[in-house]
Amino acid sequence: MVESLNLLWLQSGGCGGCTLSLLNTEQPQLFDRLQDAGINLLWHPALSEATGAEAREILVACADGRQQLDILCIEGSLLTGPNGTGRFHILSGTGRPMIEWVRDLAGRARHVIAVGSCAAFGGITATGGNPAGAIGLQYDGELAGGLLGTGFRAGSDLPAINIAGCPIHPGWVLDVLLAIALQRFAGEDLDALQRPRLYADHLVHHGCPRNEFYEFKASAEKPSDQGCMMENLGCKGTQAHADCNLRLWNGSGSCLRGGYACINCTEPGFESPGHPYGETPKVAGIPIGLPSDMPKAWFVALAALSKSATPKRVRENALADHVVVAPVVRKKDRP
Amino acid sequence: MTKLVLGPFNRVEGDLEVTLDTVDGVVEAAYVNSPMYRGFEEMLLGKAPLDAQVIVPRICGICSVAQSVAATTALRNLAGLEPAPNGRLAECLVMACENLADHLTHFYLFFMPDFARPAYAARPWFAKVAKRFKAVSGEAAAEVLPARAAFMHLMGLMAGKWPHSLSLQPGGSARPLEQAEILQLIALLRDFRRFLERHTFGDQLEAVAELDSLDALAHWRDGRRGDFALFLELAEDLGLDNLGRAADGYLSYGAYAAPGGLLFPAGVWAGDLRSLDTERIMEDPSRAWLDGYPSHPAEGQTRPVPDKPGGYTWCKAPRYGGQVLETGALSRQMVAGHPLLRELVLAKGGSVLARVLARQLELACVLPAMERWAQSLRVGEPWCHQTALPQSGSAAGLTEAARGALGHWLMVKQGRIAGYQIIAPTTWNFSPRDADGVPGPLEQALVGVAVDEGSGDSVQVQHVVRSFDPCMVCTVH
Repeated sequence: MVESLNLLWLQSGGCGGCTLSLLNTEQPQLFDRLQDAGINLLWHPALSEATGAEAREILVACADGRQQLDILCIEGSLLTGPNGTGRFHILSGTGRPMIEWVRDLAGRARHVIAVGSCAAFGGITATGGNPAGAIGLQYDGELAGGLLGTGFRAGSDLPAINIAGCPIHPGWVLDVLLAIALQRFAGEDLDALQRPRLYADHLVHHGCPRNEFYEFKASAEKPSDQGCMMENLGCKGTQAHADCNLRLWNGSGSCLRGGYACINCTEPGFESPGHPYGETPKVAGIPIGLPSDMPKAWFVALAALSKSATPKRVRENALADHVVVAPVVRKKDRP
Repeated sequence: MTKLVLGPFNRVEGDLEVTLDTVDGVVEAAYVNSPMYRGFEEMLLGKAPLDAQVIVPRICGICSVAQSVAATTALRNLAGLEPAPNGRLAECLVMACENLADHLTHFYLFFMPDFARPAYAARPWFAKVAKRFKAVSGEAAAEVLPARAAFMHLMGLMAGKWPHSLSLQPGGSARPLEQAEILQLIALLRDFRRFLERHTFGDQLEAVAELDSLDALAHWRDGRRGDFALFLELAEDLGLDNLGRAADGYLSYGAYAAPGGLLFPAGVWAGDLRSLDTERIMEDPSRAWLDGYPSHPAEGQTRPVPDKPGGYTWCKAPRYGGQVLETGALSRQMVAGHPLLRELVLAKGGSVLARVLARQLELACVLPAMERWAQSLRVGEPWCHQTALPQSGSAAGLTEAARGALGHWLMVKQGRIAGYQIIAPTTWNFSPRDADGVPGPLEQALVGVAVDEGSGDSVQVQHVVRSFDPCMVCTVH
């Protein structure tokens, strides 16, 4: 048995998509999994019965310490605008900016979880001049600090746990909740950006079904081509920290399996990459963003070598939307 | 007069506040506040046009594909491009998957749990409903969540993931299916049909889709098992056909552009059916904390003015030739001429019952269409045509999200986005008053509803609000 953990979930400057992604949880179904982790859902804006005054009372009781708050999940960025007032999101029915509620509640919580890249770093809401002043719980883009400040530690002595991703994979959140419940989650389980290493120690490239095309640098040139999307179509799977092609989404999917580039959505700043998302920035024909941990000279040499060795099958299939050359069938001669 | 401020409003997508003026326990006036502003229309300015496909789905996690389709359609129209037939079918399938999953989520997780509240403990149906629909712990959720997740495997197959896919492109779909995958698709659609027929309807989808009058519905319901029949029972007991009437004007942009044409047509129904003229759409920021004057969205702007006198929401007020319209499944079916819903609305006006009924009927009507689209996919034929965008130009992208009419108005100059305006379904439904002081659909629908002035609670207010299946993150964006 695990101890009972009171969880409060709030949404601010985001799209609600992390909650919707959470509903995609495969079996055991979501509520069973929460129960298995001993989670007592104090309130969740999309799922709970309590509304209006009943909901406000839950929040107030958590904020003033009458209600033990074990886990505070924040989804969506924290909106500091206009001019630092936080009035771009007044929590309805309370007349108070959401950022004030979050500051108060975070000070009471044993664990504080940023659900999604918005709550972690500011996320998509911070692109294009960041009109609403969107920041994360402990980061403003790549800069440490955010709403709660660099020195913030929750009651557990951990900083905010940044389950970055746009949206989160439901498994990332549920794994972290279960790990907390089983007391298997500690400071060393977070990477340098405070992301859980249980998914962030992988690269999106791991398990990519287009790997044979990557090996031979047989590249897609337009959407629906089967080839590798790194050279031309902006794919950052070889740099992005996540296990998207190992864990898979909605049964059998991932961005790359869906035919489009990885946009590195677990990384701070993914919202403003400095180039159109669907194009790979290059210098002298060579992509700027090389695979993580790969020396540039080696990459260039290996790419040239593998391109020259590309089999006809791989070269032609890379530019087609279905298999035009099947792998050869090695028949033994029979009498 | 008593003033009541209701919030936080839960089991809606995003944050919502409703202020009620009540007299003797009855709502005399309602003011709907969308209390969050992010500024997507500002963010998009200066971006590469195709970047809109990454950014706009992230306006909303529950209408993510609809936002993607609206942007993609605007880009497609800008390029003057006809998508590959497989791509059109893929778009219909992915869009229908989102819309039907949303209808399911709304009914089981957002709307029905209110009938499991202690306020209804004395009603004859309460024990059944509480057991089945209690928020979080009800037995229906435990069945629906796995069925929904399995249905959403369509997204894994055809869109990479949900929400926030990039597979739908101006030229079609970036995700071609192989033969084995088309067969998996057909299999999972059958599985979802099985769930709906067993648990939701207790009958074949075709039999539900063909219910063509109130008499036929009453006859069909008699002795019927399933969640839909249980809803009809409590709806009759509570008179949900007399609750939540708005302005009885209905807007649809037309849904599911399959190769043979739209599954549900575009139009406006206000006593009779009229063709849609998008030039008559205006957005009025008079009562929003936004600068500007009423304008067509192609010329619209979004500039926050947080201290604007008279403002009470971040939401603009869309109007059609000055008229208040509501949008959603009921509007789609009123325009499409569904005989049962037309009869109900002509008799009683729009209502909580009519809006929820329309969603259920769409579940029964659209899944068989998905099965036909899946069977029409052709391996070896193209999925996506190459897109070449002009350096300058303007275009609109209109589509139907689960919650109704969604429009994007795009302007490109010198290869960059120079204007982007979005009117989402709940922008229509939860619009504030306009310059003439005319309230929006929800504001009208709440007038006359009973409220406990002591606690401020009213489960009826909850029903009326949720009957629109509001999406607040889309509303303001």
